[in-house]
Amino acid sequence: MSENTNVWEVFIQSKNGLAHKHVGNVHASDKEMALQNARDLYTRRNEGSCIWVVKSEYIVSSESEDGEAFFDPSNDKMYRHPTFYNMPEGAKHI
Amino acid sequence: MSLLNYTLRIADSSLISGQRLAEWCTNAHTLEEDIALSNIALDLFGQANILLEYASELDGNKTADDFAFKRNEREFFNLKMTEQPNGHFGDTIVKLFLFSSFNFLFYNKLSQSKNKNLSAFAFKSLKEVKYHLKHSKSWMVRLGDGTKESNKKVQESLNSLWEFTGEFFEMDEIDNELNKKGIGVNNKSIKEDWNNIINTTLLDSKLKRPEDGYMQTGSKSGLHTEHLGRLLSEMQYLQRAYPDAKW
Amino acid sequence: MNENKFQDKIDSERKIEPKDWMPEAYRKHLIRQISQHAHSEIIGMQPEGNWISRAPSLRAKMILLAKVQDEAGHGLYLYSACETLGVSRQELIQQLHDGKAKYSSIFNYPTLSWADMGAIGWLVDGAAIVNQVSLQRTSYGPYSRGMIKICKEESFHQRQGYEIMAEMASGTPEQKEMAQDALNRFWWPSIMMFGPHDGDSPRTGNAMKWKIKRQTNDELRQSFIDKTVHQAEIIGLTIPDPDLKWNEERGHYDFGKMDWDEFWDVVNGKGPCNKQRLDHHKKAHIDGKWVREAAKAYSKKQKDLIIN
Repeated sequence: MSENTNVWEVFIQSKNGLAHKHVGNVHASDKEMALQNARDLYTRRNEGSCIWVVKSEYIVSSESEDGEAFFDPSNDKMYRHPTFYNMPEGAKHI
Repeated sequence: MSLLNYTLRIADSSLISGQRLAEWCTNAHTLEEDIALSNIALDLFGQANILLEYASELDGNKTADDFAFKRNEREFFNLKMTEQPNGHFGDTIVKLFLFSSFNFLFYNKLSQSKNKNLSAFAFKSLKEVKYHLKHSKSWMVRLGDGTKESNKKVQESLNSLWEFTGEFFEMDEIDNELNKKGIGVNNKSIKEDWNNIINTTLLDSKLKRPEDGYMQTGSKSGLHTEHLGRLLSEMQYLQRAYPDAKW
Repeated sequence: MNENKFQDKIDSERKIEPKDWMPEAYRKHLIRQISQHAHSEIIGMQPEGNWISRAPSLRAKMILLAKVQDEAGHGLYLYSACETLGVSRQELIQQLHDGKAKYSSIFNYPTLSWADMGAIGWLVDGAAIVNQVSLQRTSYGPYSRGMIKICKEESFHQRQGYEIMAEMASGTPEQKEMAQDALNRFWWPSIMMFGPHDGDSPRTGNAMKWKIKRQTNDELRQSFIDKTVHQAEIIGLTIPDPDLKWNEERGHYDFGKMDWDEFWDVVNGKGPCNKQRLDHHKKAHIDGKWVREAAKAYSKKQKDLIIN
């Protein structure tokens, strides 16, 4: 039997209302163990209010070689950003 | 005096099981579990600390550390199960599971104590013990329902540790006195709930509940197995060897 | 082409991430350094673990256990960082067991009294922190992030050690003697933790060029010594080096010759606890095999149950 266990990526919500943030990974053979290991490793200093774990193999990442194709096209789409627009002097709440 | 004694019983069980669990540090089968067992040990030391501080207040003379490091084995009142050697991981998990399932129910009741110190302590500890129970229970299931070898091992652990569960539900004069005053717990009253936890977990774990046979007793009056003396001589070494030193 | 792009990235202080192209030698250097670092955290648990059961107060016991536990955590962060380079934790542990991967030699010395818990926290963690603070700016992203997390968590480690030393140094004559003895035994191995002199350290060149290391061994060692001398004076302990004295011109302390023969002996297996530390780690691993197998078998059964 292979000794390698599954690797799980760990995401922690530090406070209620905030987004979960990636903090690292743990090894575990099942999901319950992954949650408990994540709790013991990443929240020893009261860092969390909720934990997600997901098997690393299910994370899909963009390739760094594709970086330019993936991200550069959004460079020149300034109209997606609110500061792109000219507002009449004195207009409020918009 | 009864209250002091009652407090020490709870404190000592936490302290001694913490001491045992901490022995796992650097010895667990994965780093993750090493950390998990240390976490539980830290909870238990924290619990012991709160209660020994309270004992010190009740006593008026000794400090919490005096209680931990300067009492002899006949003056310790921890449940005999807690002083049993760690054995293999299965032994430790069975011990932790049996003890935590009892503590979970015990603290639940104790959190309603009329004694503010004990109820506050129990309320805080309940959250910790709930996790100890969860953690040990998931390992009971993994080991019981894992391989043939692990099932056999953990069944043997269960069989040999079973005789230490009788003490959980004993009531002596002190227990009765404090229970009457609304301070202490009626241990007999939690037996049924304990049976339920045990039976469902064992079912999930594909393990057989051992028959009640000979049951160990004595810790309430400071009678222990031979293991406690050795544990204490190690734990108390520095305090005993350098009685004038402060640490 | 790739190589130039890579070096440009390094020179402009951008981090290298796991999926980025990197020279094979960079990857190898990182694996060696990070795994050595990880193994040091893990083997380093043992000398301190040796005193958890004998800690002299409840407070000291909890602190020490929490500290050793942190070291396990830090080992895990580092194994994770190493795994992003395409090597599994299993392989890393195998390399440790086979003697192919090293760990810091300091942990091959025994902890003989409670004061050693002080000396380790104050000196060994102190030296490690100087190194780790510098490594927060290392060029490999996962390593850098691990270091940042570790530095944040480790800030209490050195303090707990120094507190023990300070208390013992002002305690009974026996306690003071233990404290001085611990300093005597741990001083030289601690300053040798930074590794050989820059001139004798063949890999320093590449490591600096690639910004894996940000400061050289000698720079880091000097900064540690400069910090520590005063701390020893305050608590009335004597650093066991007759040549130690302030050099006005350099603005640093001069210090005596280190015994590199002893250093290399211990690195190469001839130290008081080399065998013990490795045997201990192996035994825990072997004893735990049936547990890991059980967990694996259990999870397989669960998967077989779910038909979807």
